[in-house]
Amino acid sequence: MRPRADRIVDTSGTFCPVPIIETAKAAREEGPGRILLVIATDPGIEADLPVWCQGTRNELLGIEREGGRYLCWVRLVEKR
Amino acid sequence: MKKVKALGLLSGGLDSMLALKIVRDVLGCEVRAIHFYTGFCITESQRRRGIPGKDGKPKANEALVAGARLGVEVEMIDISDQGYLDVIANPKYGYGANANPCIDCRIDMFVRARKILDEWGGDFVFTGEVLGQRPKSQRRSTMWVIERDSGLQGRLLRPLSAKLLPPTQAELDGRIDREKLYAISGRSRKEQMALAVELGLEEYPQPAGGCCYLTDEAFARRFFDILDHRAERRIERDEIPLLATGRHFRLSPKVKLVVGRSEGENFQLQRHAEGRYLVQARDVPGPVALVEGEPTWEEMVLASRIVARYGKGKDRDEVAVVWESDGGRDELTVDPRIDESTIEALRI
Repeated sequence: MRPRADRIVDTSGTFCPVPIIETAKAAREEGPGRILLVIATDPGIEADLPVWCQGTRNELLGIEREGGRYLCWVRLVEKR
Repeated sequence: MKKVKALGLLSGGLDSMLALKIVRDVLGCEVRAIHFYTGFCITESQRRRGIPGKDGKPKANEALVAGARLGVEVEMIDISDQGYLDVIANPKYGYGANANPCIDCRIDMFVRARKILDEWGGDFVFTGEVLGQRPKSQRRSTMWVIERDSGLQGRLLRPLSAKLLPPTQAELDGRIDREKLYAISGRSRKEQMALAVELGLEEYPQPAGGCCYLTDEAFARRFFDILDHRAERRIERDEIPLLATGRHFRLSPKVKLVVGRSEGENFQLQRHAEGRYLVQARDVPGPVALVEGEPTWEEMVLASRIVARYGKGKDRDEVAVVWESDGGRDELTVDPRIDESTIEALRI
């Protein structure tokens, strides 16, 4: 079952690093525990989002490919 | 005592990773890491054209990978705006071997970093620069110019070479310990590799000789071709991805042809068709091409022949080539068997 997103970050049509910049911006505006659904069309998101999550310690819940889009769920964590 | 706050410029390479480890783990500063995206990054450009890494998957952004390895958030900051491009097209301190105005580029980045530092209330900016490592931007005299012109005098720490450089204000105030900094210089990476072991940095990228298209000879030819054929010395943002894409031909001072070399490049060219002519063979597989400017009839024929030459119909007597633009659609039937020397004479 797909996680329920609290906020959708649609980066369709943009190339990395823009999807990461938009994700980070949304993450700063949202609180811990909130779930972002990042939608991207740049295949680079599959490589970038996992490492971004490692660096920020946010939790990557999953990435699904749907047609030409990537649907990515990220749970935000409390910053140390 | 209030913790010293340091803003790090993280490229993702070994030196900037070491710098961050020193400032955070050895000096004990609060660290914030940023990465400036210029639009000239070779890795990003290859990804856009669908070129995978060694494992067949898209390569991850090197700065983000470094952030993951260091356990630090890397803020990606897009500086590929017109202000940056104007600096690149009109560098006060000139170019290096190709189209790389490294000193001006660093100054522009450091000015932006200074503004972020001031807004954040930070104490200094740090980088992984090593004295004498690069011929243009990392000489003692140019490092000083960069520091002065960016307004970061006394607030720019290069931890790897700090003992060879004048002390920063934080060192003079005793807020950071100069004795814990390093005196590395030159092009060898041996000392950095030993330091990586000492600081427990297990994984880091191998030196790749730069990730900037501006240092690439072929890219530079195309870059200067644009500037040389324009009344105003200016380059537009949407022209940058095209400079790294396809075969480029100068048909006349005002008309240029770009022909895709792969599916990824064809896709990239299609994305940039707005305001240009989109040209491709009608009945046979072949490349996507873009024409910039307003070609004469003769130039349209020439461009069509080149486009047909690079497609599957190259040995046919005739190939129909379609021209599409905002103004409508046109079609030419041409002989694709064009002389190689004619093509080479036009290649940028």
